[in-house]
Amino acid sequence: MRWVNRHVRRSNRFALGALPVLVLVLLYLVVAAQRHAVDPNDKILPLPDAMVRAIATLISQPDPLSGRLIFWADTLASLQRLGLGLGIATAAALLVGLVLGVLPPVRATFGPLVTGIAVIPPIALLPMLFIALGLGETAKVALIVIGITPVMVRDIAAHVAALPREQILKAQTLGASSWQIMIRVALPQALPRLFHALRLSLGPAWVFLISAEAIAADVGLGYRIFLVRRYLAMDVIIPYVAWIALLAIVMDSALTLLSERLFPWAHGGAR
Amino acid sequence: MSTILSLRDIWVEYGDKIVLERVNLDIAAGSFVSIIGPSGAGKSSLLRLVLGQEAPTRGRLLLDDQPLTPECGPDRGVVFQRYSVFPHLSVLRNTVFGLECAQAPLTARLFGARRRAAEQEAIAMLEAVGLGDSLHLMPAQMSGGMQQRLAIAQALIKRPRILLLDEPFGALDPGIRADMHALITRLWRDYQLTIIMVTHDLREAFSLGTRVLALDKRRHDPHAPHRFGATAVYDLPITRRPPLTGDEPEKAPNIITIDDLGNNWEGQA
Repeated sequence: MRWVNRHVRRSNRFALGALPVLVLVLLYLVVAAQRHAVDPNDKILPLPDAMVRAIATLISQPDPLSGRLIFWADTLASLQRLGLGLGIATAAALLVGLVLGVLPPVRATFGPLVTGIAVIPPIALLPMLFIALGLGETAKVALIVIGITPVMVRDIAAHVAALPREQILKAQTLGASSWQIMIRVALPQALPRLFHALRLSLGPAWVFLISAEAIAADVGLGYRIFLVRRYLAMDVIIPYVAWIALLAIVMDSALTLLSERLFPWAHGGAR
Repeated sequence: MSTILSLRDIWVEYGDKIVLERVNLDIAAGSFVSIIGPSGAGKSSLLRLVLGQEAPTRGRLLLDDQPLTPECGPDRGVVFQRYSVFPHLSVLRNTVFGLECAQAPLTARLFGARRRAAEQEAIAMLEAVGLGDSLHLMPAQMSGGMQQRLAIAQALIKRPRILLLDEPFGALDPGIRADMHALITRLWRDYQLTIIMVTHDLREAFSLGTRVLALDKRRHDPHAPHRFGATAVYDLPITRRPPLTGDEPEKAPNIITIDDLGNNWEGQA
């Protein structure tokens, strides 16, 4: 049987998917154990018990200086920045993308500008943001917004512009105005795509969040990672990275699930 | 019979490519006009003109003696071969859409009693096209034939002056197609529609139409194939209309007249 025809049953799929993860974890443990056999104080590849101890402290013991539980304070601060950034970017992308996609004159006027902004590496704007907006929360949120909005705008605009011409014509023969076409034809069909674009933007959004936090912050997941790097504290860094990965996966799955619930017609319906 | 749509010396050119030339037509109210012709003969261009999707390069279109603006409007309904229905709306909401647009300019949605009234009207229309049992299906859950029925109901609820059909049954299998022929004939008669249909299917063109227009290039320059456009080379009135029940396959047209412009085929090797 050809490999292209070998479909994996749902029950086996989970096991197959878990396999490489397990192999990697195992590999890590073996190498870490070897290093610890040579040097019991090795900091580069900490053993799980060291990680658990380090993280448990951060989770449950208040920081003597600020009195906060560091792990939760970091998570909250980062998620807040991320949520704000993603929220603003999503709203802007929907609004601008819809208008660009539906109205050709607006597309002709602002399309090149959006494209131009999209090709600027957002990190290059970070110094400007810090200068203009200060080192506070605004600059960090602004970096996320600037980083992901143009891509999302272009995606939504392209998707809306690619709606079958027939639909737009049909709506007009049914008496719809530009505005009515925008809110009743384009908007509902842009929403599933918006969820998709948001999911794809999660990765870059995290990149910009961690970058901004690494450079100027006093709390946050990225800040902590870069702070403890000075002490080679891999026992904190590795769990933090795993935690970020977990958060990202949960967000991604939640968005997928939500989109399937809200827009069954866009997901092949009853298959 | 009164003329509902007039085309006066219509030319359509894209750059130096001439698609249609010197098209003069009068479409009578209540007629069912089939447009046939080889690919690239401007059948769809002609339909786009009437629909308002495109403006002619030269010439005038008159609907009820008023010049047509080159923009689609509710006076001309359309059913395309595909993509005529909105995939995110149920059958009922697809049909109500036309009423909502007219009655609620800002929200394009109706509420309360007005909504119920609009839904009643839509349900009556859907029952007329045989979708009375499928009000809450989504288009993706329906067959191609059902989607075309929906597209027709959607268009007819606006009571258009002219219904334009762009190969509406081209993607359907033969059995369904026969059902659709019976349906469109019945609707045409019941609602006294004026229909212009573009089709590739000659049998369909002759069995449904009261008039068949064949578009083709009258002249052909082998060195510059784009320099001549197509026009109506045959204009055949068909007298049929003993009621078509759908199962009689095709009736030979009783009268075929070839219009006085349409018979200069000399020079066509």
